[in-house]
Amino acid sequence: MRLWGLVRKESLQILRDPSSIAIAFLMPVVLLLIFGYGVSLNAKHIPLALVADAPDTQTAALFASFDHSVYFSPKIAPNLPTAEHWLLNRQVDAIVHVPSDFSAQLQNTANQAPVQLIVNGVNANQARLTQAYIQAAWQDWLSARAEAAGQSADQPVTLANRIWFNPELRSRNYLVPGLIAVIMTLIGALLTALVMAREWERGTLEALMVTPVHLNELLLGKLIPYFVLGMGGMALSVAMAVWLFAVPFLGSFWILILTSAIFLLTSLGMGLFISIIARNQFVASLIAIITTFLPAFMLSGFIFDIGSMPGWLQNLTYIVSARYFIVILHTLFLAGDVSSVIWPNTLAMLAIAAFFLGTSRRKIRKSLE
Amino acid sequence: MTAAAPDDLALIAEGLHKSFGKVPKRIDAVADVALRVPLGQVTGLIGPDGAGKTTLMRLIAGLLTPDSGTLTVLGTDALADPLTVQASIGYMPQHFGLYEDLTVQENLNLYADLQGLPHTERTTRFQQLLHMTGLARFTDRLAGRLSGGMKQKLGLACTLVRPPKLLLLDEPTVGVDPVSRRELWAIVYQLVADEGMSVLLSTAYLDEAERCNEVILLHQGRVLGKGTPDSFTEHLEGRVYGARRPQGIRRHLQAELKTQPSVLDAIIDGDLVRVLLAEHTHPSDLPNVTWQPLKPRFEDAFVLQLRQQTTHEWLGLTTPPKKEINPNTAHTDIIAVSDLTRRFGAFIAVNAVTFSVQRGEIFGLLGANGAGKSTTFRMLCGLLPASAGTISVAGVDLRTAAAQARARIGYMSQKFALYDVLSVQQNLKFFARAYGLKSQRQAERIAWAVQEFGLKDYRDTNCDLLPLGFKQRLAMACALMHEPDILFLDEPTSGVDPIERRAFWQRINQLADQGVTIMITTHFMDEAEYCDRLVIMNQGTILAAGSPEAVRKLAQSPEHPNPNMEDAFIALISAPAATNAGETAT
Repeated sequence: MRLWGLVRKESLQILRDPSSIAIAFLMPVVLLLIFGYGVSLNAKHIPLALVADAPDTQTAALFASFDHSVYFSPKIAPNLPTAEHWLLNRQVDAIVHVPSDFSAQLQNTANQAPVQLIVNGVNANQARLTQAYIQAAWQDWLSARAEAAGQSADQPVTLANRIWFNPELRSRNYLVPGLIAVIMTLIGALLTALVMAREWERGTLEALMVTPVHLNELLLGKLIPYFVLGMGGMALSVAMAVWLFAVPFLGSFWILILTSAIFLLTSLGMGLFISIIARNQFVASLIAIITTFLPAFMLSGFIFDIGSMPGWLQNLTYIVSARYFIVILHTLFLAGDVSSVIWPNTLAMLAIAAFFLGTSRRKIRKSLE
Repeated sequence: MTAAAPDDLALIAEGLHKSFGKVPKRIDAVADVALRVPLGQVTGLIGPDGAGKTTLMRLIAGLLTPDSGTLTVLGTDALADPLTVQASIGYMPQHFGLYEDLTVQENLNLYADLQGLPHTERTTRFQQLLHMTGLARFTDRLAGRLSGGMKQKLGLACTLVRPPKLLLLDEPTVGVDPVSRRELWAIVYQLVADEGMSVLLSTAYLDEAERCNEVILLHQGRVLGKGTPDSFTEHLEGRVYGARRPQGIRRHLQAELKTQPSVLDAIIDGDLVRVLLAEHTHPSDLPNVTWQPLKPRFEDAFVLQLRQQTTHEWLGLTTPPKKEINPNTAHTDIIAVSDLTRRFGAFIAVNAVTFSVQRGEIFGLLGANGAGKSTTFRMLCGLLPASAGTISVAGVDLRTAAAQARARIGYMSQKFALYDVLSVQQNLKFFARAYGLKSQRQAERIAWAVQEFGLKDYRDTNCDLLPLGFKQRLAMACALMHEPDILFLDEPTSGVDPIERRAFWQRINQLADQGVTIMITTHFMDEAEYCDRLVIMNQGTILAAGSPEAVRKLAQSPEHPNPNMEDAFIALISAPAATNAGETAT
């Protein structure tokens, strides 16, 4: 009866206070839209300047191959200085410069036809991508040209690429599931951290403590409603991922529910733990963001690869529960039920959840000290 | 006091000790307290803020663990078995945590669930409680939208859902309007009579001591005395008088009386100056002064005890008035307010208020929490723009030249607005600079403040370590740094002990005599008597305005030939024009 009373109270508060609903439902929508549409790790429509010192049919054919690719939006520069000027003004990211002897050298099979590529290297990642794309386009053109001439391209080894799990290399397929983990961390931790701190601030906890209420009931009374709310947010995010962003979902729905529930427990546990240490909403929200959201963002392998972090930082990532959940989500969405990936990660999350919930239970006391 | 058998006691405490903080800042909140609370009575725990009342209440409720001592509540060792104790007591903290986004009924339901009240008993119990607290019509209203008094009553109802054997009430009447205060007391006595409850109630209002069956007087964590209210005042019989002089200002008579060696205490009380004489002395002959014996009150006894215990300096402003009051300007309006209105969304905090204040006057703004005092105040200081109406302060229209007006006013906020991590000296220097005082002048004013307010010993003490009374002095010194023409004081005496309150008012009186206009808000009705003129506010409107005598006269009736300010307040609020006073939420 006492537990039921607390759950009902908390639910009524959630329903009347738009802010917790906003955190649970509005925030996933906004974040997913921003990341789903706004952020992309792919390079498409790279602005490119094409310069031919002596334009002829050969150079026109080469340029046309850039024109047909979705990766480039090229424009022809009359001369090199103009193209350099465009690069300086950031109107283009790279220049493909074809010298005047290009066609001549091309005819002569003994020689190599030189093409100059100038790339803006300020953003190193982008520069590397651009360089690779241009080389690929160049390669394609050469092979196509060789085939047309009835001879195979003069290459001893050919690399046949086959990309598994995300054949189109859509970064959205990778980002959206990861983002779900980040969002769920924030919802779970922020909501619980704030609501307990709010009870401290408003003095409602002092009155509750002197009732015969048991501490387990107090904790469960907080966990249950926010667990339901968090699972609701989770369902919304998954629905958006599948239907709006068309991310394939290959795994089992039931495993998704089970692992999400366990993951939500880890973030709710962290939230509770924070709220027991911090007794005001401002401090609680700061701690929640610094200790849960930021690590989930940066140390979980969501964007930055864990393998390329220095060793001490890698060790730190083991306590970030999002790290495990992101792996599970990627697997479930893109690869299917791979039990050798899912179960070890689930166990790790269970351990973290047990740690935080257990510590919260031990730390909370019916006392104001 | 007769030693009651343990069976008749709801609570026994021995040698209770509780301190907070680490060594340099260590505060003994409760020091060696021994208590006995009898069954079936109302026991009052009386003392100013910081006396240790709340700590003691929390110790009894099992929310804090004492450093040492024993505590037996209803026959159970509270330290060994707090859960058993918590199941049989009701505790209402000072800021009772109502869930403001739940309705009255939902709050009651929650506490019924938590207290394990069987569903079959709920309907009757809820009806009983709602009837008792007068909340029956408001069950669907959100708790956050109740008035202060109604919130307190709902808090009490929640505590009482399952009738406790011992009820702990921590300052249930603070900041509550006088009408609700009386109602709360009526409820408490009804509980004792109908349900045989034992009640331990703490309060900072000394006049409430007389409503208790027994009183425990607490000061700086120690018990100063205990017994029936009468036992405190018995020995003062024949030593309290009211002095009256037909003409002249009462506060001048008060000041004069204070200089007499036989006078231990003199305060303004209605038309009289209430005087407490030293033992074996008689009223002295002063020209034109008539004396009448009065019944001693609890506050007289408390003040006397504090005087004997502590060595409070009686500091007054010693410098002669800097500004001679020009007789031509003495009675001009320095503050003129007309149709002043402030809306916050749909809520009207201040509604078409009109009044004026004359130079050198002490002008009071009285009302319960939420009456609109602070909002009015902030508009007068130019801190908050008015929604409608005009304000002129020191002849300057606040809407067009707020900065100009601000240079001539001093403002002391309710929370004192001092920098806790700065020392007294640094605070003074900061405020002097903020007001643009430079080199020579700055040094002069700081020296003046230290001298006048007796801050010498605390010069290098950090502000957070100052006793409350000294914080108040420092705040006032800072507000006076630039010799303002008008001093705004927002609830300056909240929580300060009666001795400091007296010293404070003495200083205010002297300032007024030097021609400084004083504007003050307070919820202590008795302090209204110090004002030359006052307005009583309720729900954003002015209920009455005029001198204290005139306001009191409004409540005169055959049954109440001699009403005090609180009676007047209650009469005004329940007057026909405001019949729905209790209903409308603020």
